[in-house]
Amino acid sequence: MKLPSYPLPDARGRYGPFGGRYVPETLIPALEELTEAYLHYKNDPSFLAEYAHYLRTYVGRPSPLYFAENLTRHLGGAKIYLKREDLNHTGAHKINNTLGQALLCKRMGKKRVIAETGAGQHGVSVATVAALMGLECVVYQGAEDMRRQALNVFRMKLLGAEVRPVESGTRTLKDATNEAIRDWVTNVRDSFYIIGSVVGPHPYPMMARDFQSIVGEEIKAQLREAEGRENPDAVIACVGGGSNAIGVFAPFAYQEERPRLIGVEAAGHGAASGLHSLSIGAGRKGVLHGAMMYLLYDDDGQIRPAHSVSAGLDYPGVGPEHSYYAEAGLAEYVGITDEEALEGFRLLCRLEGIIPALESAHAIAYAAKLAPEMEPEQVIVINLSGRGDKDVVEVMRIMEGGAA
Amino acid sequence: MTTREAFARAKAEGRAALIPYVMAGYPSRGADLELVKQVLPYADLLEVGLPYSDPLGDGPVIQRASEVALRQGIRVADVAAFVREIRALTEKPLFLMTYLNPVLAVGPERFFQMFKEAGASGLILPDLPPDEDPELVALAQGMGLETTFLLAPTSTEARIRTVAPYCTGFVYTVSVTGVTGVRDRLPEGLPELVGRIRRFTGAPVAIGFGVSNRATARQAAQAADGAVVASALIRAHEEGRGLVEVLKEVQAGLVGAPGPVH
Repeated sequence: MKLPSYPLPDARGRYGPFGGRYVPETLIPALEELTEAYLHYKNDPSFLAEYAHYLRTYVGRPSPLYFAENLTRHLGGAKIYLKREDLNHTGAHKINNTLGQALLCKRMGKKRVIAETGAGQHGVSVATVAALMGLECVVYQGAEDMRRQALNVFRMKLLGAEVRPVESGTRTLKDATNEAIRDWVTNVRDSFYIIGSVVGPHPYPMMARDFQSIVGEEIKAQLREAEGRENPDAVIACVGGGSNAIGVFAPFAYQEERPRLIGVEAAGHGAASGLHSLSIGAGRKGVLHGAMMYLLYDDDGQIRPAHSVSAGLDYPGVGPEHSYYAEAGLAEYVGITDEEALEGFRLLCRLEGIIPALESAHAIAYAAKLAPEMEPEQVIVINLSGRGDKDVVEVMRIMEGGAA
Repeated sequence: MTTREAFARAKAEGRAALIPYVMAGYPSRGADLELVKQVLPYADLLEVGLPYSDPLGDGPVIQRASEVALRQGIRVADVAAFVREIRALTEKPLFLMTYLNPVLAVGPERFFQMFKEAGASGLILPDLPPDEDPELVALAQGMGLETTFLLAPTSTEARIRTVAPYCTGFVYTVSVTGVTGVRDRLPEGLPELVGRIRRFTGAPVAIGFGVSNRATARQAAQAADGAVVASALIRAHEEGRGLVEVLKEVQAGLVGAPGPVH
């Protein structure tokens, strides 16, 4: 296998004005060292062979591209395919990235990995690869999130990770990320920080994108077989930080002939309510966690808490490359409310017998709006980024509470 | 008084400069100025913190203080008013410590204008390596604000060469790989680090992060021209101890080093 090469970022880690390295100076040499190591190993045949081996035999790649015939018939428009990242080991796309970074960590001789997690999906994924590679693992999670996601906390502990509660700020993902960065500043010489999305200082957005690009590359090969062409007409993915979306956007975004690339942000209770995660839809350029990106903040630059029914989209910023795609018009970004996402969730359960993650349900919900407006010979690919087992308790609470 | 003069005066008196930290809105509106009045007699320069929601370079003490200040509804304009009040009390150099996003949110030109007019001497930007945005740094300097950036024990010679020339105020040398906070001892090797920095700049060098008692102050003074005391002051306030007690102890450590006692 090969890892992709894209025209961006530039040598300074910029996607137009976005990206960069807005971190305490202590970390700059570590980011330089990491960039150098990554650029070396991404072309190293033995590193790539090891990554490919684990992707195939441990993660279960390639994931299927499934023609959702019932959903297609129900919506009465474009043909809908689902890229089944939910069938990966640990139940989501996250492991494509954590596996790659853990292998890099090992090659760099570091013995300890640090991660932040919101609902716990990224934390579980990091704890998993840390167990596999024999690495010490510390995961930071907001105290509030730990309470809501007790099952994932226990999973991480089963996998040998230490989960540290974060009591500062809003006690959620952004604060857990601050705390992970603080740990990294303190233990920078012997620890490797595995960020969960295409956010953070350069080279993280680039690395996570490259490791996730296998999803888009597989889609091309699978669609060639199924439809006789590599390009669908539209690719739809949910966007929080944006790692699953970048994996299916980047392989198409820099082509001359581009499908419509549609990122679905969480509109929560609606844009007007202020309770949403519309970093692109309602945010401005700003700096958080080391990168310039679209971000939710008040008139004084204080970061505003994000909201979504789906914990994985509940982040006040969006990766620098998505910020660039939005500004350059390479991709479109739309919003889906909590209520619409729950409708998408139910739709996929009933029609296809697939319980999607609430994150991915946002993409389903948008496809349900778009497909009827398209022609029957057109093709939509939805990145089904994760499975919904983790969400059923929450969905039960909402449905039985009547809120949906 | 210029920054250089403030450091030079301390040196002439046989001490390293003492740079206490206060945060706007901590412990409350109004009471912040009371803390300023306690620390000013001991200060050669003063660092004024702008409370921020996501201070990722700071340890738990300053994070807590930020939360306290933000809960009082402290706005950027309030911080500028606080600087103006301090300026009315002293001619000593005042450095505003702020994360970058508030600067971007207000708009760099308007932000710098606000604080220049309020009487700030310079800026400390802990999450902006200066080469990430040289235009922003030049804008601040062009508006008459000095700029101070961080260097750290991990800084390579190439990083020192890059960052040092942007430090027109002083160089803020982080004593440890870590975040701000109270420590009993600073790492060995500070003199070596400061020596490496001095090869690339004639600006004064101050040590920050961990200076909290006589021993750590002495270590800082043996290596550099000054020391920032931040978390130790806020913790003293939290514990109901007088700030003066901490300042006297730190000051004792700063006197008479590195040269012979005068």
